[in-house]
Amino acid sequence: MRHVLSVLVNNEPGVLTRVSGLFSARGFNIESLSVAPVGDGTSSRITMVSHGDSQITEQITKQLNKLIPVIRVVDLTDGPHVERELMLIKVAAERDMRAEIMRIADIFRSRVVDATQVSFIIEVTGGSEKLDACLAMLSPLGVVEMVRTGKVAMSRGEKRT
Amino acid sequence: MKLNGAEIFVQCLQEMNVRVVFGYPGGAILNIYDEIYRAKNLQHILVRHEQGAVHAADGYARVTGEVGVALVTSGPGATNAVTGLATAHMDSVPMVCFSGQVSSSLIGNDAFQEADTVGITRSCTKHNYLVKKVDDLARIIREAFYIARTGRPGPVLIDIPKDILTQKTEHVYRDGRVDIPSYRPTVEGHTGQIRRAVKLLQKAHRPVIYTGGGVILSNAAQELKEFAHALGAPVTNTLMGLGGFPGTDGQFLGMLGMHGTYEANMAVTRCDLLIAIGARFDDRVTGKISEFAPEAEIVHIDIDPTSVSKNVKVDVPIVGDVKHVLGKMIELVGDAAFRKQKPDYTSWWNEIETWRRRECLKFTQDDKVIQPQTVIKTLYEMTHGNAIVVTDVGQHQMWAAQFYAFDRPRRWLTSGGLGTMGYGLPAALGALVAKPDQPIFLISGDGSIQMNIQELGTARQHRLPVKIIILNNSFLGMVRQWQELFYGRRYSETDLSDMAAPDFQKLAEAYGAVGLLAERPDQVESVLRQTMETPGMVIAEFRTNRECNVYPMVPAGAAMSEMILL
Ligand SMILES: Cc1cc2nc3c(=O)[nH]c(=O)nc-3n(C[C@H](O)[C@H](O)[C@H](O)COP(=O)(O)OP(=O)(O)OC[C@H]3O[C@@H](n4cnc5c(N)ncnc54)[C@H](O)[C@@H]3O)c2cc1C
Ligand SMILES: Cc1ncc(C[n+]2csc(CCOP(=O)(O)OP(=O)(O)O)c2C)c(N)n1
Repeated sequence: MRHVLSVLVNNEPGVLTRVSGLFSARGFNIESLSVAPVGDGTSSRITMVSHGDSQITEQITKQLNKLIPVIRVVDLTDGPHVERELMLIKVAAERDMRAEIMRIADIFRSRVVDATQVSFIIEVTGGSEKLDACLAMLSPLGVVEMVRTGKVAMSRGEKRT
Repeated sequence: MKLNGAEIFVQCLQEMNVRVVFGYPGGAILNIYDEIYRAKNLQHILVRHEQGAVHAADGYARVTGEVGVALVTSGPGATNAVTGLATAHMDSVPMVCFSGQVSSSLIGNDAFQEADTVGITRSCTKHNYLVKKVDDLARIIREAFYIARTGRPGPVLIDIPKDILTQKTEHVYRDGRVDIPSYRPTVEGHTGQIRRAVKLLQKAHRPVIYTGGGVILSNAAQELKEFAHALGAPVTNTLMGLGGFPGTDGQFLGMLGMHGTYEANMAVTRCDLLIAIGARFDDRVTGKISEFAPEAEIVHIDIDPTSVSKNVKVDVPIVGDVKHVLGKMIELVGDAAFRKQKPDYTSWWNEIETWRRRECLKFTQDDKVIQPQTVIKTLYEMTHGNAIVVTDVGQHQMWAAQFYAFDRPRRWLTSGGLGTMGYGLPAALGALVAKPDQPIFLISGDGSIQMNIQELGTARQHRLPVKIIILNNSFLGMVRQWQELFYGRRYSETDLSDMAAPDFQKLAEAYGAVGLLAERPDQVESVLRQTMETPGMVIAEFRTNRECNVYPMVPAGAAMSEMILL
């Protein structure tokens, strides 16, 4: 099963290595990872997606909690939550294709964030499937390169992440 | 008071009541050594290899229950320490290891004697630190000691760049108390879970108490004894748990697991309730998981949530300190209502007696060659079970576990989790530094003793009267046993008979020790007597039956009930 873990950690040097090192040392897989400081900057939020049955995930969660700089671990897949990721796509924008690219961008409520004579950079945010779909539409038009963030996620409603 | 980093190091150790440090100097930590030269009340034991320093600190910690302290230099000093750290980590030994590091400005430059020590030791320590500012040093040392000894204990490493040792900062004495908001081990067991466990106890007909190193780490041997006696159930220990319950108690079944007793493994296989206390369901203990305690409901008391339901699904987990949880359980089990309702265990004990009658540890005496088991048995009798026994790794280790009964905790030092050959000698020296007045025996093999044999120099220099018993089978015996049983007797690279070991008597002499040799069974007792009665260091070699095997044995991956018996 797929799990989205939200890990709150002390923002100190080496903390990301401790977290990712734990996954490799114990043979757990990380599918995606995103990390940034939150609040006043003394802590960071790591969102990670991993696969494993419930016993493996329980063990991962416990092992993460055991790391000294880890403050809290929440498995968001236990309840309703929102997941988002961001993608930047550079598309070759030949004169006659420009309108078509803009139209597709519009459908996905994405934005053109850079435009030159030869290319556009389009920024798309949303769930994985939306990003995949957008990419699929743009591919035939000549995608030059693409970068994607890991997922970030948050519990819905009153529950705290 | 303004102090520099090296002075803060000494001040903080004093704050933590550290009396002794095991170490080896080098360029990056010269400033600390300069302070040690001046310091009062701080003994330094110079070892011969940094692995020895860490094992010695480990031995010191295991016999005292205090945090052991090791000190090594940067680069090769730190990498030499790694095996010691991994050994302590696997067996949950409280320890703080300080390593020198190149100056902050040089880190990452492939500087002379630079190693990424924090990177290398991350997975073999409970936690580690690289000190970035002298202002952080005192806090880090206090945290390290706190982390090392609380919760599930373990080694913590502090890597200190050289420039930090000369920089000054304001230092204020503290009582060592620290607060780490993201680190709060659960000590008290959940009351509801404890009640659920006692409910299971109430209806079990065939309970078994399975205890491990956690009982010793928690200093809960007394509580375990009371609990087990109140309940009247059989008790088995892991290799790490030996001494947690009296080895001579009528309720004791011996060790369980791969080389455990028939009665212990059968009882676990047949029990309807398994009460696991401070034990981590190691694969040497469970054998084939699907057939481990197949009829049982399982209660598990452990301070580390990651130990719970890691290998074996547990019905009633109780996260907390053994001492605390057992304290509460004793109250409930001692209750008159509980006692009235508790099923009678007579038929369970009768079944156990039939397994005991199998006498699985019986071995045949021989009047020509020394059986290795005899040496341990005789040592046990002659020391009245009162010695501290340290081992290396191999067959001799298993025979020591099987034939020396420990009635008290912290008298049995062995590398269980990592199985580190070469652990024994330095660990025994660390134990001797802590307990100079107690008889301490190292039981080793002709292979293992050669893995940290340089520490004989440490013993000599510090006048540590270690009694070394070498069971010499001229084989890497445990590996040979596997080759005999599972590799068609192809003894690939395990035969040590052709000049692969030194002349141990001459070696003893070279190190100012007394060397003894027993070659025949009728010499065993007298050589052991001389070993005990000779002051100072003794190396006693026993030439034993070369191809003796350790039995019982559960082959790797087999069920515990599928033991090979003699
Ligand atoms: C050659 C060889 C053969 C071996 N054969 C066997 C064998 O036949 N049988 C055997 O048993 N072992 C054997 N071992 C040892 C084995 O590898 C493990 O080291 C051992 O079984 C682990 O013991 P344990 O479960 O007591 O865990 P330990 O490693 O002692 O762990 C202690 C447990 O207690 C918990 N704990 C710590 N402090 C507390 C506290 N205060 N309160 C509560 N819980 C706490 C910890 O979280 C941990 O889960 C062998 C080793 C070697 C080298
Ligand atoms: C550092 C290390 N290397 C290799 C091993 C694998 N190993 C386990 S037992 C053993 C043989 C030990 O031989 P010896 O010390 O003579 O003891 P014996 O088994 O003969 O009693 C070996 C090589 C180990 N445990 N540790």
